[in-house]
Amino acid sequence: MKNFRTMVYPYIIWAFIIIVVPMLMIIMYAFTKQGNEVMNIRFTLENFSAFFEDAVFINVLKRSLVIAVLTTVICILLGYPTAYLMAKMKPKSQMLMVFLITLPTWINMLVRTYAWRGILEKNGLINNFLALFGIEPIKMLETTFAVVLGMVYNFIPFMILQIYTSLSKMDQSYIEAADDLGANKIQTFFKVVFPLSLPGVISGITLVFLPAVSSFFIPKLLGGGQFVLIGNVIETQFLTTGNWGFGSAISLIMSIIIILAMYLARYIDKKISAKGGDM
Amino acid sequence: MNKKIGLKHIFSKIFIGLMMFFFYLPIVYTVIFSFNSSKSLSKFTGFSFIWYERLFKSNDMMDSIFYTVVIAVLATFISTIVGTITAIGLSKSNKVLRGIVAQINDLPVMNPDIVTAIGLLMFFSSLAIKKGFITLLLAHIMFCIPFVILSVLPKLRSLDPNILDAALDLGCTPIKALIKVIVPQITSGILAGALIAFTMSFDDFVISYFVTGNGVNNISIMIYTMTKRVNPTINVISTLIIAVITIILVIINIAPIIKERKLKMEVKKNEKTS
Repeated sequence: MKNFRTMVYPYIIWAFIIIVVPMLMIIMYAFTKQGNEVMNIRFTLENFSAFFEDAVFINVLKRSLVIAVLTTVICILLGYPTAYLMAKMKPKSQMLMVFLITLPTWINMLVRTYAWRGILEKNGLINNFLALFGIEPIKMLETTFAVVLGMVYNFIPFMILQIYTSLSKMDQSYIEAADDLGANKIQTFFKVVFPLSLPGVISGITLVFLPAVSSFFIPKLLGGGQFVLIGNVIETQFLTTGNWGFGSAISLIMSIIIILAMYLARYIDKKISAKGGDM
Repeated sequence: MNKKIGLKHIFSKIFIGLMMFFFYLPIVYTVIFSFNSSKSLSKFTGFSFIWYERLFKSNDMMDSIFYTVVIAVLATFISTIVGTITAIGLSKSNKVLRGIVAQINDLPVMNPDIVTAIGLLMFFSSLAIKKGFITLLLAHIMFCIPFVILSVLPKLRSLDPNILDAALDLGCTPIKALIKVIVPQITSGILAGALIAFTMSFDDFVISYFVTGNGVNNISIMIYTMTKRVNPTINVISTLIIAVITIILVIINIAPIIKERKLKMEVKKNEKTS
């Protein structure tokens, strides 16, 4: 039996070198001065102060957060009803719906995002359609609208599938009990179904918010070169400017924000579940 | 009352219909415009294969397809083997070891891709490894293995541990026992892991974009760098990807149903003959 355990060691060594070491390098570069010899590393917070003292970067961070929150909210508003209606379908239709929603996620994200350019363009599909009704072309490409649309489009399947899983696993006897006890449909939904499906919503939020904050090709493809989010700043620091220290500091700030957001989501989930227990 | 339910039913059908329209509009749009006869991405001027011809004549594009497929096949092959071996080892190890591996594997899964990507970029650069095919392959193997482990490990947990002991008692060498006794029972997990690894590698953009160099590009990077100009060959390459992925997924989803039917038929046959 002990023979088999040794089969893990090669992977642990490999994973430590290629997963853990790069992560440690990000932390090291974020806190040290550039151009130092390895032997005399100097600790500094300059990279962080450069970020927080510059209004440009703060605005980029704010814009990234606003867009990520907006994307997440829209994904919930559109995804919840979809998941809810799916869960009420016949088992065979449910399987088909899961397939139809999963299929696009297997197709390359860039491919799917690029397709929206032709649809949103000045002489694109939507504007051609509007022209039939005599409506002047609207500028959609290279706007916040296009970026949020692209993000919702790419990330909403995760939200739908998470909520759907928690709804379809739900014990139907709770709903029957609420019904027997005289609750109407709206009451049953808000007091029973919704609180019970919250874990699904929370994990959906995690799966949407995280890629939405860090995405850099969606803003570039649909927002144009002027539309800069935090991911684009990191990209520039590493691939154009070559300032690893500053780039590492920004990605560390971004990671911390994401971790905080995750904890907040879990905290809210716990609070609401606890409140549900009291009733 | 009936009218009200009917209305609600229609309303929900329309909502689902609109969502499906939203999901598939860009995909259908891409496929249609890959056959356009002009460069326009908004006006369909006529059916033609000129962009398909262009794609097959473009060295850059063909190279990127070649690299994408080769990297995906190699990364899948290596990560499936390593992942399976590690998972088998993990199923026989203690909680501490399992916890460590789970924690490390969580890093690339939970972190935003761009963070993993810049970490690898700095790592490869400081080791002075030339950016290109090797770095791309190493990075893909890195992010594929955790998915293989995650899909193989649950299958191993549901195995009866006595089977392995029995095989060893009956004179099997440990390696033979693994190949002849354990692997056949976890094939479905291994295949699922391989499939996930393949599509992850095939579709990856962010990590590849940061770790590659020296003209080694995959399809995603090609699309990203070409979007600056209007280029309908992107639609062609997209259409090919959509076709391949759809065919694979349909086969995977239909195969179990057909298998089940065959089994049922056989059971019926056997019942009749007996």
